[in-house]
Amino acid sequence: MSTAPNMVVGQSRAARWAFNGSVIILCLWVLVPIYLLLSNALSSPSAVTAFPKSIVPSFDTESVEFFLFFNGVGKALWSSVQVAFLTMVMSILIGAPAGYALSRFDFRGKNLFRILVLMTRAFPLPLLALPMAIMFIKVGLDDTVFGLAIVHTTLALPFAVLITFSLFSGIPIELEEAAWTLGCNRFQAFMKVIFPLVLPGIAASAIFAFVVSWNEVFAAAVLTIEHRTLPAFLLQSLDDAPLHLKFAGGAVLVLPALIFIFFVRKYLFAMWGIANR
Amino acid sequence: MAEIQIKQVAKRFGKFDALHSIDLTIADEEFLVLLGASGCGKTTLLRIIAGLETATSGEVHIGGKRVDHLPPKDRGIAMVFQNYAVFPHLTVFENIAFGLRMAKMDQAEVDKRVKRTAGLMHIEQLLERYSGQLSGGQRQRVAVARALATEPDVILMDEPLSNLDALLRMEMRAELKGILAESNTTTVYVTHDQVEAMSMADRIAIMQGGHIIQAAAPVEVYRNPAAHFVGSFIGNPPMNFLPAKKVDDGVWSVAGATINGPHSSKNELNFAIRPEDLTLDHNGPLQAKVALIEPLGSHVLASCNIENNLFRVVLDSDTSISSGDILGLQPLSDRVRWFDPETELAV
Repeated sequence: MSTAPNMVVGQSRAARWAFNGSVIILCLWVLVPIYLLLSNALSSPSAVTAFPKSIVPSFDTESVEFFLFFNGVGKALWSSVQVAFLTMVMSILIGAPAGYALSRFDFRGKNLFRILVLMTRAFPLPLLALPMAIMFIKVGLDDTVFGLAIVHTTLALPFAVLITFSLFSGIPIELEEAAWTLGCNRFQAFMKVIFPLVLPGIAASAIFAFVVSWNEVFAAAVLTIEHRTLPAFLLQSLDDAPLHLKFAGGAVLVLPALIFIFFVRKYLFAMWGIANR
Repeated sequence: MAEIQIKQVAKRFGKFDALHSIDLTIADEEFLVLLGASGCGKTTLLRIIAGLETATSGEVHIGGKRVDHLPPKDRGIAMVFQNYAVFPHLTVFENIAFGLRMAKMDQAEVDKRVKRTAGLMHIEQLLERYSGQLSGGQRQRVAVARALATEPDVILMDEPLSNLDALLRMEMRAELKGILAESNTTTVYVTHDQVEAMSMADRIAIMQGGHIIQAAAPVEVYRNPAAHFVGSFIGNPPMNFLPAKKVDDGVWSVAGATINGPHSSKNELNFAIRPEDLTLDHNGPLQAKVALIEPLGSHVLASCNIENNLFRVVLDSDTSISSGDILGLQPLSDRVRWFDPETELAV
């Protein structure tokens, strides 16, 4: 932190104020909604709708309890877990080899490939929703956990590829070459030398894929009826629900994602090229 | 039997020719150094012997067996890399044992060999540490121990000492030479440091621009450089060169002086002599004007000017001269060398 810009000698006080001010505003922008969500989820139903509100929540778990035992929530939660787990496994199984190939080999069209992988994220999902639903019905994947997992994998793959790409690029190829001279074939060198070193990063990448699937609501809402995931379920049923239930539901959705991302932030920074040492 | 034969090996990267038809035979248990500046192709040649690169054309034979289609693990080689490539997630013991475990050796034998090799490299006390806890010099010893533990027929080394500080480098040079001499392996060693090459090699193969210019014992390369490049690359300070014009058959004019030289159909040659192969003589044929004096302790290095050519002389440390003096120099006649200015080869 000793080289933060606001410590530069000679920078005017006005500029420092502007910088610090914008940092504070950005932090509030993210933190205030999360605070509101959590504090209201932990308040009794009457406290949520009361006005004026107290800053400190009343730590009443009635809203959360009601939410958890609401009909259909358990099933939706289980569907979410299944879809997210499948997404996680498929993203890594497809994404990690792609990341390895990108980091170790040079082939024609390599840069184009990298850009295309990233560009798939730019494609608006709503445009695809209806045609995809029709195709899924034709193929028989409609309203299945596996079908939704395929869509989520497509959404998570660019991240899996790019995170693993930066992971593998950080491992010097000499380590593999040394293993080759010591009696390993390519696969053995990968398993004995590279894999232990990238395991933490792969785990982070997997968790990120999990979170992408967990939060996804649009495709889930369109493609599932009986096997709704939690976000889709909440979208459908909580429209008519009272405010405190919405807060509780929101908190249950947001919290796991928040916690997971916090633990893997180091690897996401690596993906964007920022060192966080 | 681990003789290495390189037959007409060439390597091309895209449009760039890194190696032009290299022919080289390395005898069993010989210590051969590939010496040259950056980009000359020495590391590429080493990697082709190792199997980490495939030659564009040509053959590589190790121990009489043709290996150019074999992966590194089937060639009977071990390699030490410039950046050591010690596995960071394994202890020093497991690093050294790595090749042995891949060969499915039993634990007792693994233990014996690891302890013996670690003892050779003086790292027995580090066996339970991880590479992150080691200094550069220690990591380098682990890398060498790991290669030696497999008791290979051939050991390949890619500038293993270049990342060490000067004093450590000197110590390791002597140690490595001793260990490798005892171990009965053929060694191919890549370096850009000519002192390392002179000190360690049985033979030096000097490379430039993808060609081997000369491959001979250190003293031979030093005394009888096959090309202008060799004379100027080997030796510190490097060889001196002066243009020579033919006066008569076998008689040449060098900086105004008349000197006997080779019989040649050419009218111009380059006259060459090493700085330490000159004696001070008032009546000597070469007259050099001193520009810079460097008292280096063991000797005095005088950088002089002969007809606008840089000419260095090594003098006894007690010599007292000053800048601007004119020195008379007598070259030792059996140490004078001549080079063709067009082909750059020795005459």
